[in-house]
Amino acid sequence: MPIWGCRMIEALYNFFIDPFVRMAADFPIFFAEIVISGLLAGVMYSLVALGFVLIFKASGVFNFAQGVMALFAGLFLTGFMNDFGIPAWLAIPMTVAVMVATAWLIERLVLRHLVNQEPIILFMATLGLAYVLEGVGDLIWGSDVKLLDIGIPSGAWDWALDSVGIYVEKIELTAAIVAAGLVIVLAYFFQYTRIGRALRAVADDHQAALSVGISLRTIWVIVWSVAGIVALVAGIMWGTKSGVQFSLSLIALKALPVLILGGFTSIPGAIVGGLIIGVGEKIAEVYWGPVVGGAIENWFAYMLALAFLLFRPQGLFGEKIIERI
Amino acid sequence: MFYREVGDFKTSYAADQAIFPIRQDRWFMAILLVVAFVVVPFGVNDYWANAILVPFLVYSLAVIGLNILTGYCGQVSLGTGGFMAVGAYATYKLTTAFPELNFVVVLLMSGFITAGVGVLFGLPSLRIKGFYLAVATLAAQFFLIWLFNKVGWFYNYNATGQITMPTRELFGIAVTGAGTSPVVKYLFCLTIVALFAWVAKNLVRGRFGRTWMAIRDMDIAAELIGVRPLFAKLSAFAVSSFYVGLAGALHFSVWFGAIEVTEAYSINVSFLVLFMVIIGGLGSILGSFLGAAFLVLMPILLKNFMTEGLGMLAVTAKHTEILLMGVLIIFFLIVEPHGFARLWQIAKEKLRLWPFPY
Repeated sequence: MPIWGCRMIEALYNFFIDPFVRMAADFPIFFAEIVISGLLAGVMYSLVALGFVLIFKASGVFNFAQGVMALFAGLFLTGFMNDFGIPAWLAIPMTVAVMVATAWLIERLVLRHLVNQEPIILFMATLGLAYVLEGVGDLIWGSDVKLLDIGIPSGAWDWALDSVGIYVEKIELTAAIVAAGLVIVLAYFFQYTRIGRALRAVADDHQAALSVGISLRTIWVIVWSVAGIVALVAGIMWGTKSGVQFSLSLIALKALPVLILGGFTSIPGAIVGGLIIGVGEKIAEVYWGPVVGGAIENWFAYMLALAFLLFRPQGLFGEKIIERI
Repeated sequence: MFYREVGDFKTSYAADQAIFPIRQDRWFMAILLVVAFVVVPFGVNDYWANAILVPFLVYSLAVIGLNILTGYCGQVSLGTGGFMAVGAYATYKLTTAFPELNFVVVLLMSGFITAGVGVLFGLPSLRIKGFYLAVATLAAQFFLIWLFNKVGWFYNYNATGQITMPTRELFGIAVTGAGTSPVVKYLFCLTIVALFAWVAKNLVRGRFGRTWMAIRDMDIAAELIGVRPLFAKLSAFAVSSFYVGLAGALHFSVWFGAIEVTEAYSINVSFLVLFMVIIGGLGSILGSFLGAAFLVLMPILLKNFMTEGLGMLAVTAKHTEILLMGVLIIFFLIVEPHGFARLWQIAKEKLRLWPFPY
């Protein structure tokens, strides 16, 4: 019994006190490094979550295929570059064309026939879509790991390492800049262009949008194309970081907690959610991971998001659900 | 002409409330059961039992479980794989800790343990709805698999991290372990599945089922007419998890015998079971069986057709199989979003009028 008691107290200490002690002890440099790498990793998650949000906003479809779309885009890009020797500046527009064509096909063959179905049916259809895209990508390009190099610098950012002593990956820094640019472009697109206004109208109310003459079908093709392009960006970043392979499609699972944390319908939510999840995950991994045996990154983000949800069931920035009978 | 309720007089309330009020349905069911219990065992060999029949029965049970939660109570769950793992590990721990305990008792206790875990992870459903809940249940999936991988107590600290089912006997006949005959495996699963399908059918048309469906159709309205959402949702999670846990227990002990948790109960299993629910038909016990049968048979048929029929390479065939599965799923969703159960219903309506449909 006394041994049990001691171990109990020790475990409690390891869990509740020690992490904070360590956080305070190595406060400035190491802690900052963890937070920064968490933020940057969070940006990578946000890139995927953005695609989800775009489609959910405009069509109410919870698109599980977003992760596979990133893989699909990555496969085509590497295929064009490695197998045909096309330079990056040409291969990227070609992949964009492929993604737009895919979006058109998806609307034509799948979505058009499922208008007005229950959300869960649409969700299942996107799961089926994920299988199809994965099968097509693998059949065309094979399932081995491919290297993607479009000239994004890799390795540590020397300036930060030398002057402050913080290790920052160049690729993650690039991803952060690209994500920032992407959000600005998307915000501009949604706010100030004609199509953007139509998109917001559709997101607001399908029928009202239809009645003022907005074509739902065109809007869907546009939204899925934009989501495809976002997927391409995510595919490039993740592909450069860890190679284009099947596991790339699993980043969808990383983006889901980001999504429920930020709210399904909010673009800023996707970014802020990604940052929170990224930092939370890194801190938990470094300070709590060893206590519980490591490899907690699979579920920690979900638990964090779940805890948030108990206080705000519609996510941080989601639309408030008003229920009437 | 033959299939109709005309002339089938009910003289008591019990007859009116019967599961199969139409006489032809009762005959059909009786014949089906006789075929399943008496005729099929003569034709069962190792391949049929292990690749088709036992998987079908095990998945049917899991699909009934998820159907209770998703189809009847309207709570989407993606944690099925995790709950099956709970059932499997509960069986393993119980049967290794108490080798003398009757195996049926072990199975039932595993079911109850899973029900408890299910209630725990069902708690957020009181506050979170729709896809937010679906993603939240993924927390259960990933957490449980991680737990069974990391904590040595669950796999008795063995070196491989696998769990292996020892031989257990029932009435002196081995039902689990390496030397079990395929017929015994099949009959054992069939008995359990038939029994619990009957229980489920009665649950969903009774008081429980009606409260679940009220919650599914509109939770606020249900609350106003006196259904307690707390009780209804948590009971749905408990019953559903019981079934899923039982399926997991059979999956591990009778079907596989030895299991590596990250592979056997990955998120793909959760999706597969959800597919079976949707393709079979949300809110239908019969649909659960049809959906399970379709998705157990389809990959086998596709694979055989492509490797033997068309002579494809195994790798290409695998990719094509994934592709075709996706196409088929989308096709079925477009053609009949309410699943096989709806098709069956339409067929019955047609049959009632046949051959004079006017």
